[in-house]
Amino acid sequence: MGLTGLFLCTFLVVHMIGNLQLFKNDQGLAFNLYAVLMTTNPFIKTVSYLLYLSIIGHAIQGIYLVFKNKQSRPVQYAVYEGKASSTWASRNMGLLGTILLVFIAVHLSDFWFEYKFGHVPYATYATNLTDGEVRLIPTPPDYKQFNKLEETTMITPEGQFKVTIVKDLYLEVAEGFKSPWLVIVYLLSMCAVSFHLYHGFQSAFKSFGINHPKINGIVNFIGTWIFAIGIPAGFAAMPLYFFFK
Amino acid sequence: MSSSKIASKIPEGNLEQKWSKYRSTVPLVNPANKRSLEIIVVGSGLAGASAASTLAELGYKVKVFCFQDSARRAHSIAAQGGINAAKNYQNDGDSVYRLFYDTIKGGDYRAREANVYRLAEVSANIIDQSVASGVPFAREYGGLLSNRSFGGTQVQRTFYAAGQTGQQLLLGAYSGLQRQVGMGAVQMFARHEMLDVVNIDGVCRGIIARDLVSGKLERHFGHAVLLCTGGYGNVFFLSTNAMGSNVTAAWKAHKKGAMFANPCFTQIHPTCIPVSGDHQSKLTLMSESLRNDGRIWVPKRKEDAEAIRAGKLNPNQLKEEERDYYLERRYPAFGNLVPRDVASRAAKERCDAGFGVNKTGEAVYLDFAFNMKYKYGKIEATKKGISNPTEEQLKSLGHEVIKEKYGNLFDMYQQITGVNPYENPMMIYPAVHYTMGGLWVDYNLMTTVPGLYALGEANFSDHGANRLGASALMQGLADGYFVIPYTIGAYLNNEIRTKAISTDHEAFVAAEKAVQDKIDQFLSIKGNKSVDYFHKKLGKIMWDKCGMARNEAGLKEAIEEIKALRNEFWNNVRVPGAANELNPELEKAGRVADFLELGELMCLDALKRNESCGGHFREEYQTEEGEALRDDENFKYVAAWEMLELGNWELNKEDLIYDNIKIAQRSYK
Amino acid sequence: MSEQNINVTLKVWRQRNSQSKGGFETYPLNDVSTDMSFLEMFDVLNEKLIQEGKDPVAFDHDCREGICGMCSMFINGRPHGPKQAVTTCQLHMRSFKNGETIVVEPWRAKPFPVIKDLVVDRSAFDRIISAGGFISVNTGNAQDANAIPVAKDNADESFAAAACIGCGACVAACKNASAMLFVSAKVSQLALLPQGQPERKQRVMDMVAQMDNEGFGACTNTGACSAECPKEISLTNIARMNRDFLAAEITAK
Repeated sequence: MGLTGLFLCTFLVVHMIGNLQLFKNDQGLAFNLYAVLMTTNPFIKTVSYLLYLSIIGHAIQGIYLVFKNKQSRPVQYAVYEGKASSTWASRNMGLLGTILLVFIAVHLSDFWFEYKFGHVPYATYATNLTDGEVRLIPTPPDYKQFNKLEETTMITPEGQFKVTIVKDLYLEVAEGFKSPWLVIVYLLSMCAVSFHLYHGFQSAFKSFGINHPKINGIVNFIGTWIFAIGIPAGFAAMPLYFFFK
Repeated sequence: MSSSKIASKIPEGNLEQKWSKYRSTVPLVNPANKRSLEIIVVGSGLAGASAASTLAELGYKVKVFCFQDSARRAHSIAAQGGINAAKNYQNDGDSVYRLFYDTIKGGDYRAREANVYRLAEVSANIIDQSVASGVPFAREYGGLLSNRSFGGTQVQRTFYAAGQTGQQLLLGAYSGLQRQVGMGAVQMFARHEMLDVVNIDGVCRGIIARDLVSGKLERHFGHAVLLCTGGYGNVFFLSTNAMGSNVTAAWKAHKKGAMFANPCFTQIHPTCIPVSGDHQSKLTLMSESLRNDGRIWVPKRKEDAEAIRAGKLNPNQLKEEERDYYLERRYPAFGNLVPRDVASRAAKERCDAGFGVNKTGEAVYLDFAFNMKYKYGKIEATKKGISNPTEEQLKSLGHEVIKEKYGNLFDMYQQITGVNPYENPMMIYPAVHYTMGGLWVDYNLMTTVPGLYALGEANFSDHGANRLGASALMQGLADGYFVIPYTIGAYLNNEIRTKAISTDHEAFVAAEKAVQDKIDQFLSIKGNKSVDYFHKKLGKIMWDKCGMARNEAGLKEAIEEIKALRNEFWNNVRVPGAANELNPELEKAGRVADFLELGELMCLDALKRNESCGGHFREEYQTEEGEALRDDENFKYVAAWEMLELGNWELNKEDLIYDNIKIAQRSYK
Repeated sequence: MSEQNINVTLKVWRQRNSQSKGGFETYPLNDVSTDMSFLEMFDVLNEKLIQEGKDPVAFDHDCREGICGMCSMFINGRPHGPKQAVTTCQLHMRSFKNGETIVVEPWRAKPFPVIKDLVVDRSAFDRIISAGGFISVNTGNAQDANAIPVAKDNADESFAAAACIGCGACVAACKNASAMLFVSAKVSQLALLPQGQPERKQRVMDMVAQMDNEGFGACTNTGACSAECPKEISLTNIARMNRDFLAAEITAK
């Protein structure tokens, strides 16, 4: 549980850094190129399979734990003052995890599935090589969507522009987050991430046997400020950014 | 001359060599035969757990019974202070002889020399064994074991684990026991209460036990039965014993022929939390160590005491000259550190005279304010270089030291009483704590019934008329770890031809039927008073008339009152529920029925002992200053009582012979 | 002493035996002295029930000074009631308000089946100790107690773990009914002492295996066990056990 959990935490950091490209003021070029990298690079592809396995493993193990632990108390208490002795998050990891599993499914079908198998339009960017300015230009009508090429790059003959044709996931994202419902789903899910990691990150260390006053300070700091606040806040900023943009 | 009915079987020879020589010559049982010999151990405290595990290690088949839900709950667990051992780690002149001497003297010369010497001899092995089995005793920074001093001694020989020494030792013995349970060498019967012993042809052959969950009666055969069932302090209802502590096992043995020795020797501990009201169910001990820094006092004027009882006066308002530090006044040499029996009686004397301080009038102050400020406060101020500390500064500096030394005890006091002992003096009062008397045993720890043994507090053997602090743990483990494993061979080597007797034998059937009849009788009385009602009444009689101070008239009255109460009990007790279920009231009824018989014998013993010694103080026998007056001429014996029938006991005397110690009057002035 | 009398309403779990279905009974109790301990309040209740010809409430208790570990009531949603670091027997009625309703239940866990009313069977703990919670040293084997020095810090930490009274409040408090704190306290006590080293790996594997066999839940590090422990056994013991267990599993033959 702790092993897969911590691996998923490292993925979140990478995912966060990548997604920060969304905020770059280049009409989505950097983000779209990042999307290509993530889906085509053989190393990243390998890691991503590991990631899927981790998610599935983490979820299965989590469900098993909840199930087994429920069995360990067949008769429930009539009154249970859990809050007197433990955090809400720590007692509700199963619930939070389930929300996250649903979220991951929604998230993947919205973007990853669309990107891989759906009909994401292509965008064509012209980057001025002298001043770095990026402009969207119409995609050539003869550029086939189904030629399997995620990305084509060429330099114009005069050498002034670099033209990049790429699947426009950025547009998908920008369009998607115009929907208030989707934004709300994402925001709630990020709250779930926050609570899940608030307990999960430091709990993983304890499961590995690391619980010492000298180290606990650092672990709790990272767990709280980076994983329970920083990362969910960063991800939550994205739908809000597009919603209000 | 000792009675011909009892033979103490003390080996010949020099005191120093008795045990080592005997140990090397006592008959052995060969390993193959051990496997077919069955031993029943009743009780799982220090004595029971250590005996059971050691005997199982030797190869015997062992069954252990305890009424609690686990062997780990036995009341040995509540011992706070420590365990004595003649290790002389502190190089302060301790030796086996000195521990032996202190124990005999502390017991007011009413214990057997040979037994006590053996106890002192094996004491060192107990510490080794406990440490090896993982008991985390307190240690010094160098990693070696730490010692402290305790009442009645001038050396530091007490090993301890904070204020939880009994707990740590018991858990050590318990883990050894559970190891044998895991290996199948010991069969454990928790939530089982022994309700009778079974004798066949005058020899103990087993027990009848009740499964407290199902209520079923069970018959168990054993080649030997070991009673490790603790003391009988709960005859007083209020004591520092656990709620379940009882005399039943020992008493049933007594009724089946085992003599009961010195029943009137009870130890009253001076520093317990006073009774707060009628609802009180037990008393809590505050460690004796508090007397090192607490000064005991009551107001000098009765009016002040009355005002305090009425809640009109705060004790802190009384000036020094208005307080009576009565122990310091009466015993200038030992002051607040006089032995337990002396301190207890002095508190009772003041309260009886009308100077008691809580609303019941039965409490004295144990005050830390003086030492907090002027002892520790001043030392700390000097350490910190504060030249003219204010009273407030002294108090807060001393507060820290007191907290460091006694913090957990102060917290416990506040938890129970709701009073902050850092700001107000503690209130304490004596309470029944330990019973030196018990089943009479010979040097082998065998009772007067062959095959029936008694170990630990359940026997009478080592503490005479008064037990020194930190010696109960020592005795329990000595008996279990290092005495019985050897001495039982003297009996069992003759038993190797005895095949296991079927529990269908008529003696088992009859014993079980008698137990069943008794249970049915309890349930059929359907009176209108609860068991606790009778227990409280008995306790009051015992406390008033057979407690800290006794006199002939009171004891005679007590005997009549107990008989009447017993009669009322058997006519008017109400035991709800059924026999075939978990029924705590039924359990209590059985125990109180036995206490109602024991109480009479205690009074009888106290009545016949026309002297004052140790925990037994007869008001008729005291010096002009009110000190105990022992009569070695006529009472230097163990009183072993044989029950002929209920209400009719025969006294058998075992003369105490002191070849190695010169008897002297105890003086703490 | 600010003694006063209060009135409380008790809602107590009543169950005839392990087979029968239990339920709550409500008992109003008046004029309860705030100086009473919680168990003395139950004594008063039982006395009243006996007088009324009813069956008194069965509950486990023995030493009544907070050390034997026998008392085991789940009071208003918490093991041993609302106060920190206190067993039920040391809890006093001054911790409750006049007019308060107090709900009392038995420990709830599959390995702790109810025997009657508030009494549960905790023999699972004994079996875990039997599986490995000891040092294999027969009587007479021991060398001199001072032959092996033990660093004071380790001795103190070992003692702090050994202070466990085996009451089961950790299991009762844990939402998973996990016994990790109990087991790890014994594992830690012995792991911190030189005497415990030879059997260290085998011990932790055997005890954990037995714990799992008994049907206790898995630890999810909520910390409730330690927070509710009357002896304040530290969570670091669980981490130590996890460490030892991982190391033992990896290096086991």
